[in-house]
Amino acid sequence: MSRGWRLGVFLAGAAGLVFLFVVVARPLPGPLELRNRYAEEINTRAFRERNVTDAVTAVNFDYRGFDTIGEEFILFVSVLGSMFLLRMTEERGDEILPDAAEDSRDVRSTDAMNLWILAMIAPKVVFGIYIVTHGQLTPGGGFQGGVILATAALMLYVGEGFAVFRRVVPHGAVEFAEAVGAGGFLLIGMLAWFWGKPFLTNIIPLGQSHQLTSGGTMPLISVSTGLEVTAGFVLLLYGFLQENLTPRGEK
Amino acid sequence: MIFLQLGVLACVLASGTTVVFTRGLASQPIVVSVFGLMLALMFMAFQAPDVALSQIVVGAVGLPLMILLALAKLRRDAKFLHRKQNEKETQ
Repeated sequence: MSRGWRLGVFLAGAAGLVFLFVVVARPLPGPLELRNRYAEEINTRAFRERNVTDAVTAVNFDYRGFDTIGEEFILFVSVLGSMFLLRMTEERGDEILPDAAEDSRDVRSTDAMNLWILAMIAPKVVFGIYIVTHGQLTPGGGFQGGVILATAALMLYVGEGFAVFRRVVPHGAVEFAEAVGAGGFLLIGMLAWFWGKPFLTNIIPLGQSHQLTSGGTMPLISVSTGLEVTAGFVLLLYGFLQENLTPRGEK
Repeated sequence: MIFLQLGVLACVLASGTTVVFTRGLASQPIVVSVFGLMLALMFMAFQAPDVALSQIVVGAVGLPLMILLALAKLRRDAKFLHRKQNEKETQ
């Protein structure tokens, strides 16, 4: 097909899509007058029933906690799959190859920049822990905070290189942490069985609202999700860097 | 408020189109992360701070990082194959 033909087909398709989109989207309420019953219910109930101020976390970790388990295991399985693919060639030496872009780089990183990158690690860790533990009070939670925590490990590689990254990040412990994080969510859910309640019922005392301990199982689930996400991302990083920066076996 | 929302939507449109038309492999992750940041701003403007935070960590940090790492691996694999082929030809 020539270029003109392809453009014609695209334009016809795009025009049809725009037409259908306008037809479907026109009767919808605008973003600010969107007030459906579910949102109203959750906004009032989350505070009254669960003592939490962030309704989204209440939905994620309590009212619809079962869906979040599915999401968490999507991440778990995709990390597992990536690690499996990355480890096809197992035979590897311990030496570390130079970064592939090293010789094509115009500006080398200076000591001052590396120091600044390293200095960012501590604030990142603190901020990540803050986001993980305040999920039930302000926007955030285990997932978002977990990725922030994982970027602290990334900074270690960016500032100091893979040799230091590999020495500081204990690979076995990270794998363990990922399993504990993923399993912890399930275990917290199963706690309810001891009280004869359904899976994931919020059985821990709800505490005082506006406090770190408010929300019963929510902060615990948030911390365990945070652990899983942090460890998952660090493992991915580790796998990719190991694959890219160590010599390949003869197989 | 409505002008802010329209402005942010325009930014999303512009950066999304830029992503599609960017052809350089090395520049794609950077453009994608800008697009992710614009999406996060959009969620913020439409009063969804939780989603905005998730979008920042996934769209502006996680996704570009994974694309970069995968590109690095592909480049290494290509080099490796190339070397193998050269060895075979010289034998």
